[in-house]
Amino acid sequence: MTSRIAVELNGRLYEGDVEPRTLLSDFIRHGAGLTGTHVGCEHGVCGACTVQLEGEPVRSCLMLAVQADGRSLRTVEGLAPAGGLHPIQAAFQERHALQCGFCTPGFLLSIEAFLRERPDPGAAEIREALAGNLCRCTGYRAIVEAVELAAERLRAGRGA
Amino acid sequence: MKPAPFAYDAPGTLAEALALLAAEGEDVKPLAGGQSLVPLLNFRLARPDRLVDLNRVEELAYLRRDGDVLRIGALARTRALERSPDVAAGWPLLADAARLVGHPQIRARGTVCGSVAHADPAAELPAALAALDARFHVRSARGARTLSSRELFVSYFTTALEPDELLVEIEVPSLPPRTGAAFVEHARTHGDFALGGAAAVVSLDGSGLCEQARLALVAAGAVPLRAADAERLLAGSRPDARAVEAAADAAVRGLHLGGEDAWRRALLRETARQALERAAARSAA
Repeated sequence: MTSRIAVELNGRLYEGDVEPRTLLSDFIRHGAGLTGTHVGCEHGVCGACTVQLEGEPVRSCLMLAVQADGRSLRTVEGLAPAGGLHPIQAAFQERHALQCGFCTPGFLLSIEAFLRERPDPGAAEIREALAGNLCRCTGYRAIVEAVELAAERLRAGRGA
Repeated sequence: MKPAPFAYDAPGTLAEALALLAAEGEDVKPLAGGQSLVPLLNFRLARPDRLVDLNRVEELAYLRRDGDVLRIGALARTRALERSPDVAAGWPLLADAARLVGHPQIRARGTVCGSVAHADPAAELPAALAALDARFHVRSARGARTLSSRELFVSYFTTALEPDELLVEIEVPSLPPRTGAAFVEHARTHGDFALGGAAAVVSLDGSGLCEQARLALVAAGAVPLRAADAERLLAGSRPDARAVEAAADAAVRGLHLGGEDAWRRALLRETARQALERAAARSAA
């Protein structure tokens, strides 16, 4: 049995028919066709599928698609302005904070929410904020540096 | 890694949710934050017939100070506990424990009541709530009852809740004056399950002696464990380094920790010692 859901993804309404057991991550990828959200462990450990629900980072593999009915979500596709990069993405590129890139969308959505709440974080705080996202390539150092750089630019951009 | 099929309801009121949980002849599970239940569904370790999603039951979405007590509704997220000024001011132990639960992404969805009902003895919030003498308000279509942590937690991942019952609210009493609290745990990485930990609450009388000590251990057995011997030992004494060492010894003396006894006992003893030491220092501050 399926039910009709309507989810706002990156400001656009997506409708679809889902079974109750359909995971939100699968709806985002297969229903809405937004394949920037990656699926790693499917039990909430790796953080690759992190999206934002009403601005809060959440694991999309630990939500059912039906639960997102009528709610507003943001995925990595909603991060960058048209034709450009979000300051966090630019900082990732400059600091070589990704290699294979599989984990990157999850990191970006986690970090965007983190820097909104903590615009001027210390290094230990950054590491703690990143603990819910696994990267098997970089060793994290470049990611921490990218967060520091992005935080600095976002603060400057806000006129702080 | 996809759940087996199940039926799904998303009621808008508590009364409807309780009626759905009371359905005869099928395995019905309530779904709140889903941070423990959905992994179990994905692994197919849990295969309920029906899920009753509580996320649209607005009357359960609260975390508020009510006179002297803190009331935590079934839909209050762990992140709310972490961010609440009321919790920071009146129950800092809960805010400290909340920051150690999983990661921000988990805490944004996971609920306090859900963690309690899941009853993992390695979880932070059940131990912190046990140390705070929280009361657990349970409802079903048949009625209501209130349990202590000793009554609620039965064994590993097992509570006294009947299948039709829902933990609707946790009530946390206020702390007496001259009280300090601390939560200490050790996990391999931040956000991982604790290998051992302790929640301590120390209250002093007017002359600086310990009026009451409360100590709950994390990952020390089948349930969040109150260390009664350690608590008795500290009561009436000055909570100095020597008294705290003796209490930490007492806290782990009767534990049955299985095949990994030596390091687990040492770890629990040290987390208990640190938690008591910090709580005592904060009670005097």
